[in-house]
Amino acid sequence: MNDALLTLSGVHTHIGRYHILHGVDLVAPKGRTTMLLGRNGAGKTTTLRTIMGLWPASQGAIHLEGAAIDKASTPDIACAGVAYVPETMAIFSDLTVKENLVLAARNGAPDEKRLDWIFGFFPALKKFWLSRAGTLSGGQKQMLSIARAIVEERKLLLIDEPTKGLAPAIVSALIECLKEIARSGATILLVEQNFRVAQEVGDLVHVMDSGRIVHSGAMADLAADESLQTRLLGLSLDSNQ
Amino acid sequence: MTAIQTTSDAGAALPQQRTDYLPVLLPVILALVAIPLVGSFSTWTTLTLAGLAMGMMIFAMASGLTLVFGLMDVMNFGHGAFVAVGAYVAVVVFAPMAALMQSDQLASNLMALLPAMILAMIVTGVAGYAFERLLVRPVYGQHLKQILITMGGLIVIEQLLYASFGPQMNPLPLPAALRGSIPLGGAAVEKYRLLAVVVGLIVFAALQFTLTRTKLGLLIRAGVENGEMVEALGYRIRRLFVGVFMAGSALAGLGGLMWALYREQAHASIGGEMTVTTFIVIIIGGLGSVGGCFIGSILLALLANYAGFLAPKLALVSNIALMVAILLWRPRGLYPVTSR
Repeated sequence: MNDALLTLSGVHTHIGRYHILHGVDLVAPKGRTTMLLGRNGAGKTTTLRTIMGLWPASQGAIHLEGAAIDKASTPDIACAGVAYVPETMAIFSDLTVKENLVLAARNGAPDEKRLDWIFGFFPALKKFWLSRAGTLSGGQKQMLSIARAIVEERKLLLIDEPTKGLAPAIVSALIECLKEIARSGATILLVEQNFRVAQEVGDLVHVMDSGRIVHSGAMADLAADESLQTRLLGLSLDSNQ
Repeated sequence: MTAIQTTSDAGAALPQQRTDYLPVLLPVILALVAIPLVGSFSTWTTLTLAGLAMGMMIFAMASGLTLVFGLMDVMNFGHGAFVAVGAYVAVVVFAPMAALMQSDQLASNLMALLPAMILAMIVTGVAGYAFERLLVRPVYGQHLKQILITMGGLIVIEQLLYASFGPQMNPLPLPAALRGSIPLGGAAVEKYRLLAVVVGLIVFAALQFTLTRTKLGLLIRAGVENGEMVEALGYRIRRLFVGVFMAGSALAGLGGLMWALYREQAHASIGGEMTVTTFIVIIIGGLGSVGGCFIGSILLALLANYAGFLAPKLALVSNIALMVAILLWRPRGLYPVTSR
């Protein structure tokens, strides 16, 4: 695919003696939101961590805009334009909201206009600018974690289950925020368990099972095919709306 | 665009994290409790200032160790080697500067003392780089091996010092202007101890400034909490590790120089002797916490001084007793910053 920003070809990952990814093939096109779905333990988080270099690929190739990054170190991958929002959020709780974002802005102080854009959909971050991140609520910590990834323009956002454990009202708003980030031209690879979120946000979808991609296609097609959902994900759309 | 409104956005304030002042008050409480026990105010003043000076020197030696453990998760039992090297740098530097050291002028003394301090920090910083590169780097993430190899490193460096300088105690007389004491309300305050307090406070202020007011400090604090995420933000934490290891070693060297001058002698075993003390201090303070290490150092030194005066036999176990008491109260130390 010519507009592919990220390409994984036959990626295997071992963690210790465990073989987690068994030849993952995946493409994330530029400017689109690609969902990575699958049951617990399918290998979604491992895929994101492998792309980020946190767990190195033992075999296969990962390319970002045509350049191989599978042998690169995590800082090099980050500097190549990949931002990561882990499932655990991993905010620095001992630092203030401001300090978290200052650290995330590698190229100097955070840009004021970009901050205003972020505050537009995450107003809590402005309100608690000088508060210690550890005192934020779960939803606010997730906002900070996402804000940290977009405080400077990045080529690719890897986001791991951003709605996990959040109240439904916050999830709905977060969906709009993710859409807004996508509208800004960002390329997103999003791991999500919540099918409603995936359906609303995703353009494309890859479904994983046992460390392999078992389905790739348009998100709308998967959303429209209940039997496919049941077969791939063990769920029906009705039960997840 | 939809803004995410949470309860807090709707006007409710965040649950404010209360500033925890109790550990800061502990040395004050300990000192106040000691007044009636010691009986004489002048003796209490002398003991307290001696304890503060001792605490500052211990802090200088231990502050690097707490950062090394907190940031790098490295159990460096060889940290004492840099204390010993710092002490021997003083021996080497002061030898040709005997005239300056024996002068009654403080300025002349400082002309010998300041270069010795700077050189001790440079030498131990470089030694720290070599130590990290040769011994620590191959065993990152392997605690048992870290303990064994860093203790081995301590022994090797100690033996190298013995081979170079001999097994005897090397006398290290205080600069002439810093000998003796200043009368203060009936108490006698040793001049050198005042200098030790000043140096300790400067080290503490410099560390606090770096950690709280600079991006480098932010990176170190973030790295202590989650090194992996710091890497995912694009920073090379390995370089940060090396820098912190070198800085920690340099501070140990400075502390070793100050401690050797305090004892007026240098010996290769000085580092090994301080290893247990520095570990107790960083455990009391909370692994990775410079502030906790500062308070822990003062607490330990004050208690050792008071116990040494009131019940000398108790002084032998006062360090351990303090650590047990603190850990029973706060199992992760006074100001824990890591989840380890």
